[in-house]
Amino acid sequence: MNVIEIKNLSFKYEEELVLEKVDLEVEEKEFLAIIGPNGGGKSTLLKLMVGILKPLKGEIKLFGKKPEKNLNNLGYVPQNTNININFPIKVIEVVMMGHTSTKKPLIGYKKEEIECARESLRKVGMLEYENRKIGTLSGGQRQRVMIARALCSHPKIMFLDEPTSSIDVKGQREIYELLQKLNKYMTIVVVSHDISIILEYATIVAHINKHLSFHNVKNQKRFFTKDKHFCEVELLQMLGKRND
Amino acid sequence: MIELLNYEFIQNALIAGILVSIASGIIGSLIVVNRMVFLAGGIAHTSYGGIGLAVYLGIPIFLGASLFSVLAALLIAYITINQKDRLDTFIGLIWAVGMAIGIILIDLTPGYNVDLMSYLFGSILAVSNEDLYFMSALTAFIIFIITLFYRDILAVSYDSEYAKLRGISVKFFYTLILILSALTVVIAIKVVGLILVIALLTIPIYIAEKLSNSLYSMMFLSAIISSFFTLIGLFISYKLDISSGASIIIVCAISLIFFLFLKKSI
Repeated sequence: MNVIEIKNLSFKYEEELVLEKVDLEVEEKEFLAIIGPNGGGKSTLLKLMVGILKPLKGEIKLFGKKPEKNLNNLGYVPQNTNININFPIKVIEVVMMGHTSTKKPLIGYKKEEIECARESLRKVGMLEYENRKIGTLSGGQRQRVMIARALCSHPKIMFLDEPTSSIDVKGQREIYELLQKLNKYMTIVVVSHDISIILEYATIVAHINKHLSFHNVKNQKRFFTKDKHFCEVELLQMLGKRND
Repeated sequence: MIELLNYEFIQNALIAGILVSIASGIIGSLIVVNRMVFLAGGIAHTSYGGIGLAVYLGIPIFLGASLFSVLAALLIAYITINQKDRLDTFIGLIWAVGMAIGIILIDLTPGYNVDLMSYLFGSILAVSNEDLYFMSALTAFIIFIITLFYRDILAVSYDSEYAKLRGISVKFFYTLILILSALTVVIAIKVVGLILVIALLTIPIYIAEKLSNSLYSMMFLSAIISSFFTLIGLFISYKLDISSGASIIIVCAISLIFFLFLKKSI
């Protein structure tokens, strides 16, 4: 079953098209990596998929419905988790924002929401930091909190925009290990620059530069060089060629 | 010292000082975390047009200032949401035009006898019982709205894109914060005046932010710190016979310098 279906999608911010005639189908429990040059439309595509932006042409369906009808099915981790770093807010409060309870109490939070937030924090290994101010965490820890926030609505698909861009190498690996664990239960869509790390975990790769080209990398080991490192330049060139 | 409290105007001044501190502590926190200080400054100065209007039409000052500043807040909200180019220029424009309208309307008022300085710089010792009723009502309204929408406002302030994704109307709450800022300015007119209100909306809040780990505690602490500064400033102004608004602001500023110094040395 396809959990994401995009047909003939075009989008522009101003005059020039950022995305043109994009088609994409993703099955359940895939790990999709979206790569491509800066300004190629990676983040834009992700924002369209979660419903923050609306398509100019074409359509996007998640589970057969429009993104905005899927609030409870999708988790979103935005690109810049360093905004508002000095904001006086506790880790657990950030996580509870992800909860989609319909009936909010007049004052404070429901027990169910607190439990849910704790559970999400435990999943990402951040429970012991629940009462810390968000600004006192490291970049990698903050990224985990943002993942916990997205987990709080029990999503079936998780969208992450450059989740490792501001994290050290060790932290990056930890984030991807975490995503791989989550991938057992849900579909993962990641926008990333780190090609070598993403190809280790991704099952399919989409290259975006206004147009989309699609690659199934399952069982594909020919990108590896002898020392098990990817040759990123060749890979990018290959992926950048359009299939049509 | 204690016998001072027997005077009604002193009692009123103390109550007014605390009411302003509560309102400015709560709303100032929102203004600071949302980086709206310049917008709030625009609203504060524009509300002078409302004072001119009230004097010209012979309606209560608070009413004229409330109407005008809420309109200014709506206009500024509209511009910040829709005008991406040279936003600050437009805010500066509204800021100046509002004041200009106020001055012209007062010029046109026959037999003009209003003490303008008291609205620009505050006159806390001249707070009447009616003023207090009005200030109490507005403060209660602010507390009610913030309690009702605390979570949505927190979400919009911390991460507006994510709030939008969760189906919270960012534009609505952004506008609401500006309207509440406008009402806070009106509450502060008698105590510190239009020009000095920005200091009360930022200095105690800055100190509180450094000491808080949630928005709620920041609001609470801001209100307490602000009350403290206001009461000390008031006492000094009475003792030295100087303007209360300016005295309160100087107390705020000196305390901030001490706070920064202490923080650095720890």
